[in-house]
Amino acid sequence: MTRELHLSVALGSAGPRPAAHWTGLVQLAELGALDFVTLDDSLDPADGDGRLDAVAVLAHAAARTSRIGLIPTVTTTHTEPFHTSTALATLDFVSEGRAGWLVDVSITEEAARATGRRDPAPAPELWAEASDAAEVAARLWDSWEDDAEIRDAATGRFIDRDRLHYADFEGPRFSVRGPSIVPRPPQGRPPVAVVLDAQEIDIRWELAARHAEIVLLDADSPAAAREARTELRRRAGRDDLRVLVRVGLAPHAGPPLTGGLDALPDLLAEWHAEAGTDGFHLVTTTPTEELPAVIHDVVPALRAGGLFRATHTGRTLRDHLGLARPDSRYAVRTEAAL
Amino acid sequence: MSASTPAGRKQIHLAAHFPGVNSTTVWRDPDSRSQIDFSSFQHLARTAERGRFDFFFLAEGLRLRERKGRIHDLDVVGRPESLTVLNALAAVTEHLGLAATVNATFNEPFELARRFASLDHLSGGRAAWNIVTSSDAFTGENFRRGGYLDRADRYTRAAEFVEVARALWDSWPSGGTPRTVRHSGPHFDITARATLPHSPQVHPVLIQAGDSDEGREFAARTADIVFSRHGTLEAGRAFHADVKGRLARYGRTPDQLKIMPAATVVLGDSEADAQERAAHIRRQQVSPQTAIATLENVWGRDLTGYDPDGPLPDVEPVPDGELAQGWAHMSDRFGIAARWRALAEEKHLSIRELAIELTARQSFIGTPGSVAAAMDEHVRTDAADGFILVPHLTPGGLDEFVDQVVPLLQERGVLRTEYQGATLRDHLGLGRPEPRPEESA
Repeated sequence: MTRELHLSVALGSAGPRPAAHWTGLVQLAELGALDFVTLDDSLDPADGDGRLDAVAVLAHAAARTSRIGLIPTVTTTHTEPFHTSTALATLDFVSEGRAGWLVDVSITEEAARATGRRDPAPAPELWAEASDAAEVAARLWDSWEDDAEIRDAATGRFIDRDRLHYADFEGPRFSVRGPSIVPRPPQGRPPVAVVLDAQEIDIRWELAARHAEIVLLDADSPAAAREARTELRRRAGRDDLRVLVRVGLAPHAGPPLTGGLDALPDLLAEWHAEAGTDGFHLVTTTPTEELPAVIHDVVPALRAGGLFRATHTGRTLRDHLGLARPDSRYAVRTEAAL
Repeated sequence: MSASTPAGRKQIHLAAHFPGVNSTTVWRDPDSRSQIDFSSFQHLARTAERGRFDFFFLAEGLRLRERKGRIHDLDVVGRPESLTVLNALAAVTEHLGLAATVNATFNEPFELARRFASLDHLSGGRAAWNIVTSSDAFTGENFRRGGYLDRADRYTRAAEFVEVARALWDSWPSGGTPRTVRHSGPHFDITARATLPHSPQVHPVLIQAGDSDEGREFAARTADIVFSRHGTLEAGRAFHADVKGRLARYGRTPDQLKIMPAATVVLGDSEADAQERAAHIRRQQVSPQTAIATLENVWGRDLTGYDPDGPLPDVEPVPDGELAQGWAHMSDRFGIAARWRALAEEKHLSIRELAIELTARQSFIGTPGSVAAAMDEHVRTDAADGFILVPHLTPGGLDEFVDQVVPLLQERGVLRTEYQGATLRDHLGLGRPEPRPEESA
């Protein structure tokens, strides 16, 4: 039996184009039944020719799509973990269970001076903080048990406060008391994604092992990808980690898969067989040109080879990735205490 | 820009407050639906747009309120994050303004200016920001900055925040080159340029709700809309005259600031029917448990042993009894308790009846015809420029108003029958802001 192949696409970052431009791209990706789109973001003013907020763009697209997963980058260095958590939970509500979170940090001097809150810090320190931010988000998403809203007319109670929980996180860079102001999102916890390099095991791997369900992996050979996946799953100690190899689509984008879009279906099939990874994250450089080719040429060729599904079979991002909806950690604790 | 039609009738501006987390939102009613699902937001926003409202308004909460050290469980609880919901609503509406309440104490100017510019771009020029501040260490426990910003510093931080945000919004003219903003002040020290060119409105519409003298001054200097609590004819006219009178010293005209009090509407087939419905709604809003909780906030002590349908407690308040966190701070408990007792005695009110009386706000109660006439009178006589309607039901709470009162306002020539412009500034008759040429804030 052929292993299921997961396919997703990176749309780059959202330059200041009209909303319809971005919505059109997301709708096109949905037409191809891809698992999800990612949209980059950054708080560095020097970074690119203008950029819309990624959560904003995908929230807008959410209202005009119904199946495709939506994964914005949200950086953790100059933002408030509480706001990040509630914005992503809300993206999950407005999309009815299709939100994820691509975690990143801001290491540049320009971003630090723009936000004006702190000096630049070394990358390992920022990634440790990112890991704390992911921990806080998970606790806040869990802080309302699924059935916390009771609307009990007899006692006048709208919620059962025994099913709401404080996050009570204290770390070197921030503390958060909780609970969230947003009830538990439809997916329980929107899946967390992180970009890793197969050649370089660094502090990001700890974040991935502890918090991620999606790893977007840079690897230059099927063997390296296979090894990295094995190592990641060993560290994570769980089987709910999907490893997708990042593939640049522009001819000059370099390794691993050069040769243009015509050769792509065969190359993906070959890698999928050899690398043992879960699929591919196709990175566009000019999405208006590359995405139509992916949807109209690459995807049908993969389908013809029996490698990719014809339609979305589930509704949520977790459904597409074959990830179970987690229970609230606090609900588990309550049961254990009985 | 004139706010009048050719016939000279002063136009009514209308906004819709989403009835979510709020003690006035009735959740016991069989028609009450989710306060969190997107479909609820979509229903109310589309209803408001059908009624040719100016904008849709979301409140904010950054920490769940507590009583007696435990999370308050009597009111509707749980809300989404405002800007994300509004970006989604921008995709399913065409004209309706989209207003988010966002705290200037627990956000930073560069990031927030960018988020509002994004909403303005994605909505085609329909963004508004209701600027609020907090001095609350309780809320601060959820944020990096943590604790207390004292009361005086709240407005200086908010003013500096808006100044920096405006400099950023101005810093990238459409078709031009982005400028670098350099700002160094007591609260912010930043060097940046905007990450986006001018959005359709350049600046989102600014809304402000403070009622103190410094709040009114801040509004006169900065805001496009004041969200007022003075809804009655007499108090509304006094507030209107006071705030509009402050505009000249900032080189602004009375048309450039709209005063919009919160108001509720209850309709009936007759005046008596409407009054009966209003009384029923008030009893749904103030349950026996909520009535006791209202008194506990002042008494600072547990009153659960008292009968909500009986007389007020004979015990005295506890001076420093902080039972509740996340509500406005209560000072002069003894004075308030004495006034409440006098009121209850004079009108023969039980605890619950008193709580109903105390938490009343401006209401238009009557037939569609009498409500349309009363709203028109308020606006015509400068008690208000319009209203932010606060329905009690999610999400159908505006259906009756839009079906029954809006056509009558349109017949009177005081409410548009079609949107004339594309942006929220157009709806409000506010000009496009002139970006300032200077390089730094």
